[in-house]
Amino acid sequence: MEVLVILVPLALGLGLVGLLGFLWSLKSGQYDDLEGAAWRAIADDEPVREKPAPER
Amino acid sequence: MQATRDFSHYVRDLGSGLSHIDLAVEGVSCAGCMSKIERGLSAIPDVTLARVNLTDRRVALEWKQGALDPAGFIDRLAELGYRAYPFETVRAEAVEADNSRFLLRCLGVAAFATMNVMMLSIPVWSGNAGDMIPEQRDFFHWLSALIALPAAAYAGQPFFRSAFRALRTRNVNMDVPISIGVALALAMSVVETLRHAEHTYFDAAIMLLTFLLVGRYLDQSMRLKTRAFAGNLAALKAETATRLVGVGEICEVPVAAIQPGDIVLLRPGERCAVDGTVIEGRSEIDQSLITGETLYATAEHGTAVYAGSLNISGTLRVRVSAASEGTLLAEITRLLDNALQARSRYVRLADRASRLYAPVVHATALLTIIGWALMGATWHDAIVTGIAVLIITCPCALGLAIPTVQTVASGAMFRAGVLLNSGDSIERLAEVDHIIFDKTGTLTLPELDVVNSASVPKDVFDLAGRLALASHHPVAAAVARASNAKSPLAGIVELPGQGVRGLVDGEEVRLGRPSFCGADELANEILSLDPEVSVVAFRRGAACHVFAVRQRVRPDAQTVVSSLRARGIAIEILSGDRESAVRSAAEMLGINEWRAGVTPADKIARIEDLKRLGFKVMMVGDGLNDAPALAAAHVSMSPISAAHLSQATADLVFLGKPLAPVVAAIDFSCKALHLMRQNLWLAVGYNLLAVPIAVSGVVTPLIAAAAMSGSSLLVMLNALRARRGAHWRR
Repeated sequence: MEVLVILVPLALGLGLVGLLGFLWSLKSGQYDDLEGAAWRAIADDEPVREKPAPER
Repeated sequence: MQATRDFSHYVRDLGSGLSHIDLAVEGVSCAGCMSKIERGLSAIPDVTLARVNLTDRRVALEWKQGALDPAGFIDRLAELGYRAYPFETVRAEAVEADNSRFLLRCLGVAAFATMNVMMLSIPVWSGNAGDMIPEQRDFFHWLSALIALPAAAYAGQPFFRSAFRALRTRNVNMDVPISIGVALALAMSVVETLRHAEHTYFDAAIMLLTFLLVGRYLDQSMRLKTRAFAGNLAALKAETATRLVGVGEICEVPVAAIQPGDIVLLRPGERCAVDGTVIEGRSEIDQSLITGETLYATAEHGTAVYAGSLNISGTLRVRVSAASEGTLLAEITRLLDNALQARSRYVRLADRASRLYAPVVHATALLTIIGWALMGATWHDAIVTGIAVLIITCPCALGLAIPTVQTVASGAMFRAGVLLNSGDSIERLAEVDHIIFDKTGTLTLPELDVVNSASVPKDVFDLAGRLALASHHPVAAAVARASNAKSPLAGIVELPGQGVRGLVDGEEVRLGRPSFCGADELANEILSLDPEVSVVAFRRGAACHVFAVRQRVRPDAQTVVSSLRARGIAIEILSGDRESAVRSAAEMLGINEWRAGVTPADKIARIEDLKRLGFKVMMVGDGLNDAPALAAAHVSMSPISAAHLSQATADLVFLGKPLAPVVAAIDFSCKALHLMRQNLWLAVGYNLLAVPIAVSGVVTPLIAAAAMSGSSLLVMLNALRARRGAHWRR
């Protein structure tokens, strides 16, 4: 049962990472436009803006 | 005089050399629109961000400060085929959005804690039956406490705060028993853990919060969606005023940027967007949105004009006054304040239920403790059993019973074209048995329409419509609208107060007063048949036609009236308009009860009379003069074209031309109220089953968890039935 010493903190740690991930996504506004986000996933990529080619 | 558009009021300075503006956009409905708009706007040089929000139908734009004029974005969107207008988040919507985000954060924390505590609880449950050693169990209990206590302290805030607020005003709401239940369950579990006991209830307490937060969040996001939609509608009305900046210099600014003391120009055909006093000019104004009166009033130096008045003939200069300075407005504000105070007395179904529920549950728990103690159990065991009763009865299902139905029903109403201003209006709407309609703008459409288009040849009508495009006069505008004219004629001259004239194929055409077109006889003939219409004459060469124009009754008003009657609802008309106009509308719709020339105070008096007789009155009105009556009635509704104050006062707002949303709203509410009651009974039934088990002291955390999630799911699923509302009557 000593394995619990590793497993339990690991499980809690992973859960906490999930929670922090959720809070971060909430803060960065990813839940502000749920309908739009659904469509953006299948939209074509935005055309890359023309930039002057870097000099070699 | 060409006015420049000034949207600087809406532009926010982000610092670091960037400016930001939010636009409400009409007609964005799919991914295609989204990328079209974003690409179209990003292509403008110096634009750094163009992002569409498809849920709210808005575009956020950022650009290098000073490089671009925001009016350019609106023109660009118009080229792309979208009507847009700058948008300012009103405080109410910002508050709702903050609330919604806070609830989601609480829900995230609670859901995380529930999952992790469950992960620890299930081994304990199965271990209790098997061979778990007590030290392991205690370890798992301590871990559960470590997760559940901080999570509950954070995620429980919405409930604790609301319960505290209710208790401070010596009231009880559903959050009081919820808060007590959660707090006691957690406290008891900590004590039990310290005593190395077999059962703790960390999982039940935190799961309860999770379920309830789901309900709260759904409710909140529906409200937010409604607010955002209403905000867009308000923005897309694009209310602007023409402000005089200097001598002879004018600038078109959004109404929000107008200050008291400014002088605005009101041209013929424009709707006044501010309250103020005329300081120069003379004109006729249509005050029907203010008073319900459809006859034009004369405006001259010193006349007070209100937002919503339509200027008919001459140009006016208006000095903007501070809010409620005018006598009419002050009177209406006073009546409105009184009526609003009276309205807050309504007690919501949820609060009525919790007033009954909380004492019964707490008394049962107390009796359980005393009973067990008397029967010789130790105080510890008696108290643990008592708290188990509280946990098992904790109003999970009760707390969800009403908000879930409200959410589903308001979503269904939203799709039917009805916006809810207040959540409890569903309950009040379901009880309605007497409806008072205002006439002007409510039973009739707010815009004028040509009523004798069938008797005018098509080609004449088309030509008159194109000619009418040159005039700002509302009657001419009605002709242009009715004929679907798109291309104006060239070289048209407008003679103020007379009409417009021009040349078509070498023939003179005129549109205007009958005397201007020499069509007095024809006009009098029409007027003698129906004295309520306005007439406008059209002459081409020697041929003469007269159009009869009036506010038309909403297309389905008759059907709505009869289907409301079929539901056992009495109907009457109270209008500020004159008698002959009200009578003709009442006769056309077959409504026997009507009163004309009614003042705002009279409307309230009539509603109070009906209330005393025991009727539940719904007021449907749009005018500023209806606002106090809207507040005084049991429940109230306004069309979207209503005056600002009325729209803000009404419990519900309906969109579009038809009156059918009124019936749909009633049907959905009846169904919703029925389901709310059913849900309450389901919750009571669950308690009747569960309480004896709890009282007898055989409840385990496993039973508590199963019972709680079972009853919550049942109530939520039942609430989904509110989507289909129609054809049901109490």
